[in-house]
Amino acid sequence: MDPVYYIYLATILFSIGAVGVLVRRNAIIVFMSVELMLNAANLVFVAFARMNGNLDGQTVAFFVMVVAAAEVVVGLAIIVQVFRTRQSASIDEPNLLKY
Amino acid sequence: MNTFTAPEIDYVAISPILIVGIAALLSVLAETFLPRFLRRQIQLMLTFFSLIGAFIVLVINHDLRTITVGGAVAIDGPGVVLMGTILLLSLLSAFLMAERSLDSLGDAFAPSASALPGSADEREFSARGYFQTEVWTLFLFAVFGMLVFVVANDLLFMFVALEVMSLPLYLMVGMARRRRLLSQEASLKYFVLGAFSSAFFIFGAGLVYGFAGSISLPVIHDSLASTTSETLLIVIGMAMLLVGLFFKVGAVPFHQWTPDVYQGAPTPITAFMGATVKVAAFGAMMRLLYVAFSGIQWDWEVILWTVAILSMLVGSLIALTQSDVKRMLAYSAVAQSGFILVGVVAASPAGIAAVMFYLIAYGVVTVGTLAVISMVRDSSGEATHLSKWAGLGKKSPVLGAVMVIFMLSLAGIPLTSGFVIKFGVFAAAIAEGDAWLVIAAVIASIIAAFFYVRVIVVMFFSAPNEKTASVAIPSILTTITVAATATATLVLGIIPQPMLDLLSNAGIFIR
Repeated sequence: MDPVYYIYLATILFSIGAVGVLVRRNAIIVFMSVELMLNAANLVFVAFARMNGNLDGQTVAFFVMVVAAAEVVVGLAIIVQVFRTRQSASIDEPNLLKY
Repeated sequence: MNTFTAPEIDYVAISPILIVGIAALLSVLAETFLPRFLRRQIQLMLTFFSLIGAFIVLVINHDLRTITVGGAVAIDGPGVVLMGTILLLSLLSAFLMAERSLDSLGDAFAPSASALPGSADEREFSARGYFQTEVWTLFLFAVFGMLVFVVANDLLFMFVALEVMSLPLYLMVGMARRRRLLSQEASLKYFVLGAFSSAFFIFGAGLVYGFAGSISLPVIHDSLASTTSETLLIVIGMAMLLVGLFFKVGAVPFHQWTPDVYQGAPTPITAFMGATVKVAAFGAMMRLLYVAFSGIQWDWEVILWTVAILSMLVGSLIALTQSDVKRMLAYSAVAQSGFILVGVVAASPAGIAAVMFYLIAYGVVTVGTLAVISMVRDSSGEATHLSKWAGLGKKSPVLGAVMVIFMLSLAGIPLTSGFVIKFGVFAAAIAEGDAWLVIAAVIASIIAAFFYVRVIVVMFFSAPNEKTASVAIPSILTTITVAATATATLVLGIIPQPMLDLLSNAGIFIR
């Protein structure tokens, strides 16, 4: 199978993630959508590593996983703290800062 | 099977980065194992010694030019200048973070960031006089990330450095002692949008890798030079990389987080972030565009033109309507990003020197302005609403005079550094034939002058009333920062030649 289809799949996944970040209101879902975007990037790297015939892309994929894990630590800490303060995980509700 | 060959690592050349990185790791250990009463002293020692030590090592080895760590790190003239700038601005912000005498409750950070705002826990921690020291660990990691970011020579290093720089900042933004709901909200917004933009960055890196077959910036340049096909892939990839960087510098249309984060974050963190993130992100942006993508300059010039004009005009116009000083500064930062982009568009050695001068002088003014803001207080903490600044210049002439210097510099009035740097980027852009861009920039800086001067008018030409805030007496730490930044702003404005010589000797980004 032509590896270019994996690039199309990754683009679709990335778009789903991006739309999810923009339209969903629950902070956890937004966060999951960001993770989907990062994993779409991983798929791009791995597919291109196969097409280009070198291992750089596979190495990058591992680093992206590590970064995504670090992002989970920081992100969930912030989301949980906001949830405990406001009893809600909606990202529309914190709206004290505007204009 | 191939045998593994370890990459050549020039430890001397990367020693400033290593010093800060090791200090950050030691800081984690100190936070874990030391008793509470020792932590603050040890953390301060680690921070100040490592920043000063790294700067001294950098100055000693300032003429090293090498590509090391298997091609992943390029130590060149602009890289050295940008690292030095980041270290000095971090040091100035660290003085503000260590300040404890402005607020009757202690420093600017919540005694325990995990305690609920308004809860019994929080009151107890505060009453016991606990101090947060984790912020120093995060600070050192953020500085470490920035240092790597400006010398990273491949996309993977860049991405990891970007995250090491950003993740601690997301947390630091949410740690204010007062107005904690605002602070947490700023932290959430910064995190969600920041993670969103880093995803764009890494996806763009993936597309560029697909085109070039390598993540190394010089190799990307070579493969652009040798082919004419598949340009759509690389243009989209490059644009997505730029989205990630535009977000970090707060350029329109990726600026929405800027006002909220500037206003919600503890003021010393606003100073740190506002000054150093711009240096790091513009440094990385220039390296990316000039080293890797100089072959498709035609494509990125259009993007930069658009974003620069939008940033300057939108930032200046919205700043006119602001009534909160920190929020006004945030929109001013958006506009200033646009001015810096004017210099980035002029992809010439003169342009590189002009942008670096802009980053240095603007960073100094930003730290200074926020240091002044952290001193203006009333009973509920910092008084950032402009109405509370009425007559402040008459009440406290020294602080008023310092603020006038900073505001005039931001507006770009001669005899301050602001004029020299604006002139530098405009001259570089005109020399490269971008006259229309400079005309837009001049119009934007005329609009921008209004709101900077308004602060001066409010401070000096209106009478103090019962709402006027008072000026807290700072300790030696904030005094050093304010004195150093005000002096530097005047000196760079009156005798800029030594700095101009130093920057034009720094040369260009190596490949």
